[in-house]
Amino acid sequence: MKNIIAAIMFVGLSSTAMAGGADDPLLYKVMIDKMELRNTSGPNALVLDADAWIGYDLNKFWLKTDVERVNGNTEEAEVQFLYSRAIAPFWDFQAGWRHDIKPKPTRDYLALGFKGLSPYQFEVDAGLFIGESGQVNVRLNAEYEYLFTQKWILSPEIEVNVFSEDDAQLGIGSGLSDMELGLRLRYEVRREFAPYIGVNWTRKFGQTADFAKAGGDDTSDVQLVAGLRIWF
Amino acid sequence: MNDNNRPKYKGSVMLTRRRFVQGLAMGGAFTGMGLGAGSVLAAALQQQGPQTLRGTDFNLTIGQQAVNFTGTPRIGTTVNGSLPAPILRWREGDIVTLRVTNLLPETSSIHWHGIILPSAMDGVPGIANGFTGIKPGETFTYQFPVTQSGTYWYHSHSGFQEQTGLYGPIVIDPRDPDPFTYDRDYVVMFSDWTDEDPTDVYAKLKKLSHYYNFNERTHSDLMKDLKEKGLTATWNDRKMWSQMRMSQRDFSDVTGQTYTFLTNGQTPADGWTGLFRKGEKVRLRFINGSAMTFFDVRIPGLKMTVVAADGQNIEPVLVDEFRMGVAETYDVIVEPEDDQAYTIFAQDIARSGFARGTLTPDISLTAAVPEIDSLPNLEHGDMGMNMMGGAGHDMGSMNEGQHQMPSGTVMPGMDHSQHQMGGGQMMPGMKHEEQQMPAGGMMPGMDHSQHEMSGGSLMPGMGQGQHQMMADGRMEIKPLKPNPSDFTAGPVHHAPTEYGPQVDMRSDEPQYRLDDPGVGLRNNGRRVLTYSDLRNLRTTYDHRDPDRELELHLTGNMGRYMWSINGVKHSDAEPLRWRLGERIRITFVNDTMMNHPMHLHGMWSDLETGDNNYLPRKHTVIVQPGARISYRVTVDAEGGWAYHCHLLYHMPGMFRTVIVS
Repeated sequence: MKNIIAAIMFVGLSSTAMAGGADDPLLYKVMIDKMELRNTSGPNALVLDADAWIGYDLNKFWLKTDVERVNGNTEEAEVQFLYSRAIAPFWDFQAGWRHDIKPKPTRDYLALGFKGLSPYQFEVDAGLFIGESGQVNVRLNAEYEYLFTQKWILSPEIEVNVFSEDDAQLGIGSGLSDMELGLRLRYEVRREFAPYIGVNWTRKFGQTADFAKAGGDDTSDVQLVAGLRIWF
Repeated sequence: MNDNNRPKYKGSVMLTRRRFVQGLAMGGAFTGMGLGAGSVLAAALQQQGPQTLRGTDFNLTIGQQAVNFTGTPRIGTTVNGSLPAPILRWREGDIVTLRVTNLLPETSSIHWHGIILPSAMDGVPGIANGFTGIKPGETFTYQFPVTQSGTYWYHSHSGFQEQTGLYGPIVIDPRDPDPFTYDRDYVVMFSDWTDEDPTDVYAKLKKLSHYYNFNERTHSDLMKDLKEKGLTATWNDRKMWSQMRMSQRDFSDVTGQTYTFLTNGQTPADGWTGLFRKGEKVRLRFINGSAMTFFDVRIPGLKMTVVAADGQNIEPVLVDEFRMGVAETYDVIVEPEDDQAYTIFAQDIARSGFARGTLTPDISLTAAVPEIDSLPNLEHGDMGMNMMGGAGHDMGSMNEGQHQMPSGTVMPGMDHSQHQMGGGQMMPGMKHEEQQMPAGGMMPGMDHSQHEMSGGSLMPGMGQGQHQMMADGRMEIKPLKPNPSDFTAGPVHHAPTEYGPQVDMRSDEPQYRLDDPGVGLRNNGRRVLTYSDLRNLRTTYDHRDPDRELELHLTGNMGRYMWSINGVKHSDAEPLRWRLGERIRITFVNDTMMNHPMHLHGMWSDLETGDNNYLPRKHTVIVQPGARISYRVTVDAEGGWAYHCHLLYHMPGMFRTVIVS
């Protein structure tokens, strides 16, 4: 960390010599993609979906996090620490550690994934997570941006989770476990700051749905959401 | 004054020297720098623009000063307290001495753009022989003979100082009078100012490359297309761009969103004013001193006779409009015949704003400012595809694409080589015909092949297995046969280094597009200057055929905001080593969707525009998106030289060191 700070300071202080070498400064970006309130069928939930990177054009360190709080309790919390390397014009390969803090018990995974822009301009994050117990989680997230105007942007999103094994403690069943469809309309007050509203539809499948029913939870929910998208 | 905005510029040295520079209120100089007759008028006016320094001995001091172009005070980088820097007026044949003192808290430098001089005087730190930049508080003395005449400019070659104001005009009076006459002589220097710190601009582009682009195609464009073209055509039209993850509105990385475009340091609101008397001939020395902005320049109501390009006299061409790549200069003569004001209107290529000036017989008169042109879309030719790409890249739509093309549409990439493609022969004398094309008659860029096209018929030889869809959706077309003409090239070769995450596009069918005015200027109803119009006033200086050809590909990854040549950025690249005395031919292939103004230091670029006996000499050459272009260089300047894209934020990567020995 010390080195990183030193490096940031160095880049910040050094004047760039245009004779070369200054093309690839150390940069960082923090993206709070979703910071939103969800109006669920139960108590309202507060959701944070954010990531950050630091690095250079082709090599970066990534931090991704996903947190859901209900009634002041953190119900879900996940963090990923990843090394990211550009492997194709539009694709980064990412590898590292995923740590699920909540729900308990915690779980750790080896994380492998591809993040990038697919043909037809879908932002894709495809992850393969291998757990200690041999559990394998495949997660696919894709998002599209449709410009109503330069500042009003409609963004449909889909996320699907598939697991290789049951994990009764966490209420996860093998196979297709859950899917989330979102549709958010944001207004970019400026590029870095956009409030939004939208709907979010979640659905649990198979054994995962059965676990939910047994626990008295819904297997499907439609939520109205309102939040902020912020980056810097 | 707001020092907090630029902490790195805090320096007590300049505090006492700071003055407040704001629009019209700027001190020094005289309106329009009326250098010819009529200075009585000029003297009566408030002073405007940078002052002129003349002679052979110059003391220039680089410093900082408070400026205000937007309503928010900022610190600009100045020379002798002026932004733009003073006009330097030299005489051909003199030896000039310039003592440059750097009062910035960081290393600085001045490069004399387009001036032929010894490497050691070229002013690029780390590349010019023995020059490491001017350290804070130090003075560097430049001294060199002036062996040319015309309009040039100078600017910093350190960091992003050019963006913050370190640029100024150079005018060199010829030893023998120019072969045209004029009554007044004005410098019109365009530039782009941002209140943001340029390092922030660069960082934003790296984080979100379309940060400054607020002209993307939106819902209403889609609805309009659906209504006018129908679903299939709309889909076909957009399919490839979408597949390739490219924007059809990617004209300029940094736009009027952050830029205020300046004319001689004046904002569009204030405007710069040049005076004339009815019937006078006015020489306007246009200089594009921008960091990132291409300007399309016109003076509604006046025809412009272009008499020089990049400081070098050319056969005069009468035009309505011309495009200026960053760092290019054009000299034009206008003859206002009425007692009215005229607006010098320079809209940026992204149609996000404009720089403005006024030519007027009376300071109280101004002219209407035209609307900014509507936005064009990049076409397939801009992606390095042959025009046969039409509206789609599968054979099924090829036919359709042809018919959809309105008669007379100038498609990019249409040139002589098309004839070959069509199985026809090059028509003898064709180049000749083109040059005689009357200015008012045909649209620029139109040639025989378009007549064939506008007939709506398929060209013979099409669709006979020449086109193959590639797995990733790109169309592969078998290479054209080489042709002895300079305008037809063989197949392109993409170096292995072009394949990787640093390059997002490769042009498979780059075309010579000398007669293409470029995206946004095609078919606009005005006579627009193209490179094919440029013909040297005297015969080519070096008649030797090139000893060898060097093909350089301009490459990049827009999304990652990485720029390179042949896929290799400057810091990873070996210098180009050229032999003193050789004559080389350089062919650029643009594997990106942006225009790149390529600037070779120290040696002229003899641009192949149609007649090898009259090659115009340039120092900066626009390479259009998806196009190719060739020029010849007589390697007559020993030492280290910079060779780069003059877009400031492309330059760090899209750069080569040239070593001549």
